Amino acid sequence: MNKRQIWLALITLALFAAVPPLTVIFDQPFYMDVVARIMILAIAAVSLDLILGHGGMVSFGHAAYMGVGAYAVGILSYYGVDNGFLQIPLAMGASALIGLVFGAMSLRTSGVYFIMITLAFAQMLYFLAVSLEEFGGDDGMPAMRSEFAGLLDLNDTLQFYYLVFVCLALTLLILHRLVLSRFGMVIRAARNNERRMQALGFPTYRYKLTAFVIASTLCGLSGALFANLNEFVSPDVMQWTHSGEIMIMVIMGGMGTLIGPVLGAAAFLLLEENLPEWMEMIMTNAGEHWAIVMGPILIAIVLFGRGGIHALFVRKVSLEKGRGHG
Amino acid sequence: MDPLLLLEQAFNGLQFGVMLFLIAAGLTLVFGIMDLVNLAHGALVMIGAYLATTLVAWTDSFILGMILALPATFAVGALVEVVALRTLYRRDHLDQVLATFGLILFFNEVVRIIWGPISLYSGLPDYLSGHVEIIPGAPYPVFRLLIIAVGLAVAAIIYFIVAHTRLGMLIRAGASNNEMVGALGVNIKSLFTFVFALGAVFAGLAGMMLGPLTSVEPGMGEPLLILAFVVIIIGGIGSIRGAFIAAIIVGLADTMGRVLLPVLLRTVVSDAAADTAGPALASMLIYILMAAILVVRPRGLFPARTG
Repeated sequence: MNKRQIWLALITLALFAAVPPLTVIFDQPFYMDVVARIMILAIAAVSLDLILGHGGMVSFGHAAYMGVGAYAVGILSYYGVDNGFLQIPLAMGASALIGLVFGAMSLRTSGVYFIMITLAFAQMLYFLAVSLEEFGGDDGMPAMRSEFAGLLDLNDTLQFYYLVFVCLALTLLILHRLVLSRFGMVIRAARNNERRMQALGFPTYRYKLTAFVIASTLCGLSGALFANLNEFVSPDVMQWTHSGEIMIMVIMGGMGTLIGPVLGAAAFLLLEENLPEWMEMIMTNAGEHWAIVMGPILIAIVLFGRGGIHALFVRKVSLEKGRGHG
Repeated sequence: MDPLLLLEQAFNGLQFGVMLFLIAAGLTLVFGIMDLVNLAHGALVMIGAYLATTLVAWTDSFILGMILALPATFAVGALVEVVALRTLYRRDHLDQVLATFGLILFFNEVVRIIWGPISLYSGLPDYLSGHVEIIPGAPYPVFRLLIIAVGLAVAAIIYFIVAHTRLGMLIRAGASNNEMVGALGVNIKSLFTFVFALGAVFAGLAGMMLGPLTSVEPGMGEPLLILAFVVIIIGGIGSIRGAFIAAIIVGLADTMGRVLLPVLLRTVVSDAAADTAGPALASMLIYILMAAILVVRPRGLFPARTG
């Protein structure tokens, strides 16, 4: 892996770590929540990057696993279980299980079928959440912040911020080690030429499924943190547009680079946050129609922005020399 | 359970099915020939509905407004293809998904600016808002019957075009090898534009007929788009016949599931549990159906295309 890429990752993390003192200095406490939100969605985006960027699996239902993680926290909290040591592993376990079931079925197909099936499965969970009247149905349900036996107080913005920060850093570290390992090499090779890998004796289906489950597990973590951030869970988190947004973060930041999607998440959410204001400056009342600018921006990024934000900092990253043909 | 109610629901399911077919037909044609995954297809449903509502109000005639809305939707479809989608054919599916996702944001906002964020309700003229008794004792709304009739007629027209005309021959040839069709001297660019605009008209038609049943609002096409995806996955991507059969299956399964599942569950579990699980299961039914079909046939019921 490129040295500059490591530096980029370290600098990004250092900047995230420096946000809380900066918000105090500039007296902008609001930004701590904004950046916590960025980091939570960055975890989801990075987990998607494992299967999308490295594995070449265009999963259009990734928000579903965020939803599973979030609902796990919400439902446990509904039944009075607020212990985070229980909630977080259960949220990740539930996402892993659902990822295993959906992945096992979706990975039997490929190409455009895979895109549509992952989308359809996510939509199924969305409708399930909508129809569960007991857990708020359409309106969603409140979720208390997790408790960590007095060790951590998540109602304290600062402690919550650093918990999210540690989760993001660990996610990046784990996935960084994973993509450099033999496992990572196999899933990249399967992306480039699956048939050749099968001929070499690799059970590519199992490798891809494992990657899919790892990605959904980490996305479940992101969902559990998301429920804590909002103290609220609703089916909206599983909306297919949300899956699309996570995917856009990955593309905006740079696919297959891990740190890129973190930058992509930051860029996307900051754009979403600030675009209405910028449009107000040009024309009054234009702000509410920010999507009319956001849409073409996305199209432009897809058409012209090869390599995403990552490519601005790191010129060329090739994990293998002599790539096979697609 | 009352057999007349069941019959009525079967009609509703059929009506929902033909509606889904209208949307899925364009989607599957465009994918089959241009190899384009078009998420913005749902936006065309919405545009059709808005154009129809506006034109009906302008002309003060339901039928005339609807008929005028068809070429208008065709024009919008052709414009979208020429301006935005043409460059995407050579891109991979991921790029297509993201770019057309961007298009959805754009279209929803355009509609919100032109027509406002509030839902429009377009009424029906008197002669379409009544009921008829096709079967004695079971009055059924005329307009829903009309939807079924129009849907079946369009299905027949599509079948005729694809199977028995020169255009259909080009469409089929394009689906199997569009470079070869181009090499043989067919203007492939205008064929693509025409096919896309034709798909837009079908989607728009679905939107127009949906308008009086529900409401016309920004983003109205998207839930239908995902159902249309389910339809073409079950039917086999690129296959019109598959889309038709799958659309009817999905329409019937979804409608009947919502009525029957809670009742059936009551015979197995307690009433309270059935009331909770019934709607939840019913809303998941078609996706479970899709998963089951894919386990047996990973490329759908009528695989039309390899690769």
